Amino acid sequence: MNCAETAAMNVLEIKQLRKTYGTEVAVDDLSLAMTAGESLAVIGHNGAGKTTLMKLILGLTRSESGTIERYSYLPGCAQAAQARDAIGFLPEIVAFPGALTGRQMLHFYARLKNKTLGNCDELLDLVGLTDAAQRKINTYSKGMRQRLGLAQALLGQPSLLLLDEPTSGLDPFLRRHFYEIINTRQAAGASVMISSHALTEIEAQTDRIAIMKNGRLLNLGSLEQLRRKAALPVQLLVSCRGGTEVPAVQSVSMAAAPLKLGTGQWQFSCAEEQKLPLLHQLTAHGDIVTDIVVRPPRLDDLYAYFVNGDAE
Amino acid sequence: MIRPVLVLAASEFQEGLRNRWVVSAVLLLATLAFSLALLGSSPIGETRASTLNVTTVSLASLSVYLIPLIALMLTYDSIIGERERGTLLLLLTYPITRGQVILGKFLGHFAIIALALVIGYGTTGIYLATTGDTLPIDWVLFLSMLSTSLMLGSVFLGAGYLISVCVSSRATAAGIAISTWLFVVVIYDLLLLGVVLVDSEHSISADMFSLILLFNPADVYRLFNLAGSEAASLVSGSLGTLDSSMLSTGVLITALALWIALPLLSSIWVFKRLEL
Repeated sequence: MNCAETAAMNVLEIKQLRKTYGTEVAVDDLSLAMTAGESLAVIGHNGAGKTTLMKLILGLTRSESGTIERYSYLPGCAQAAQARDAIGFLPEIVAFPGALTGRQMLHFYARLKNKTLGNCDELLDLVGLTDAAQRKINTYSKGMRQRLGLAQALLGQPSLLLLDEPTSGLDPFLRRHFYEIINTRQAAGASVMISSHALTEIEAQTDRIAIMKNGRLLNLGSLEQLRRKAALPVQLLVSCRGGTEVPAVQSVSMAAAPLKLGTGQWQFSCAEEQKLPLLHQLTAHGDIVTDIVVRPPRLDDLYAYFVNGDAE
Repeated sequence: MIRPVLVLAASEFQEGLRNRWVVSAVLLLATLAFSLALLGSSPIGETRASTLNVTTVSLASLSVYLIPLIALMLTYDSIIGERERGTLLLLLTYPITRGQVILGKFLGHFAIIALALVIGYGTTGIYLATTGDTLPIDWVLFLSMLSTSLMLGSVFLGAGYLISVCVSSRATAAGIAISTWLFVVVIYDLLLLGVVLVDSEHSISADMFSLILLFNPADVYRLFNLAGSEAASLVSGSLGTLDSSMLSTGVLITALALWIALPLLSSIWVFKRLEL
């Protein structure tokens, strides 16, 4: 396949994908493309079609209509090749035969991918399993299995990583380590698709976010783009000295009247473009205002907005 | 193309070694073979057959029950078990086709059965051959019993995969596997016997009877080993009276080969269409 330079940078192209299980529509008219080195978070309720989408990309299940094209790129070669071993997958519930050691398991997967076994120890080290490499997997904790799952997904430097709920069941420290590893791979040119429920965690980790509901793609864009589209009010949490007095604000159109949260704690809401004038006025009340926290709409808010908006 | 098959086959074989499947199968077959050899040597009396030949025929009549059971137990959960544990999903995202998955497992399990048969029966054969048997030993009889036992095992390995890809729970697979075994090695013949007994007008011709036997791999195996050769007929006597003009060695081997291909290829066909 001979692709133009610009188009050739797409690692994944999905067009009008549709999949039903009986009468239930799992994925409906879904189109999206991912470029090399991009990360995409797919968020949605349980049953929104996230896992089905991944299974379709992996070829584990057949679509009813639509196309999925996957390309891999060799360094220094513009030619794209359709490839299956250029994909790394971490399933939602990762399971391994318990009687094997972590190293044996990884060696098995490396052989299947036709990769050298030398990289396995490196990968085990990367995910922090060096000490447990010789232990049987049935002695592993959930977090260790998850890390072994990540190690197998990273085998052979795949150009596309599909991670289904990768951090569920991991402690905060491991989550951070997990994203560090993924970010390193992304910096090296891999594209990453992550499905997740952990919205606060995911918003800082991805370039673009796809919101799914009932198998449909409701919205797709960067956090900024989604914020602009939703135009949800910015919230300012204002702490005031002593009394219960509200700082007076004039000529700024507010999204809602100031809301009292507690003693000397007020919440102001306004549109994004009114944020600076409001801040300006509030800071002028230096005598009573002691602190201001600006809280832009979080992904949780955006998600709730888009998902509920669709229902109306 | 062959590489993923071999990688998986090696892994299945190693798993068989690890979970003592290989050891148990070898011990089981060896124990039974030795018992038969030692028991079989006492009541021979004046029969003009060597101990090994007698043992070979006894082993064949035992294998027809045992080998299918071992093969089915090895394979009935090979796909559904991995589906339930969740390891299959990940495996299939690797560069291995579903056909290669079945073939890889088949090769690994085949090696386990082959090893068990060769060690289990082979040691007995060598033991009998070396402990002063005065009569000529029919090695062809012994080796063809060994290789057709392996073929019989292959038939039921394939049957195990077919069961495993068709069901949606391990328990169902186990139930179907046991029923299959019972039907093929016990009930089929009982039914046939019943029909023959009831059929007083001899409406079933000998040819038709032979044809009916060909539809059961266990009977094909029995015919080959208990009636197929003169030496066997001499010892077994049981089925030796069957008019086997139609059931030549070639026909029987072809039938067994077809019986290997049928469930194996069907299981690949079903597996390829399975929604995971």
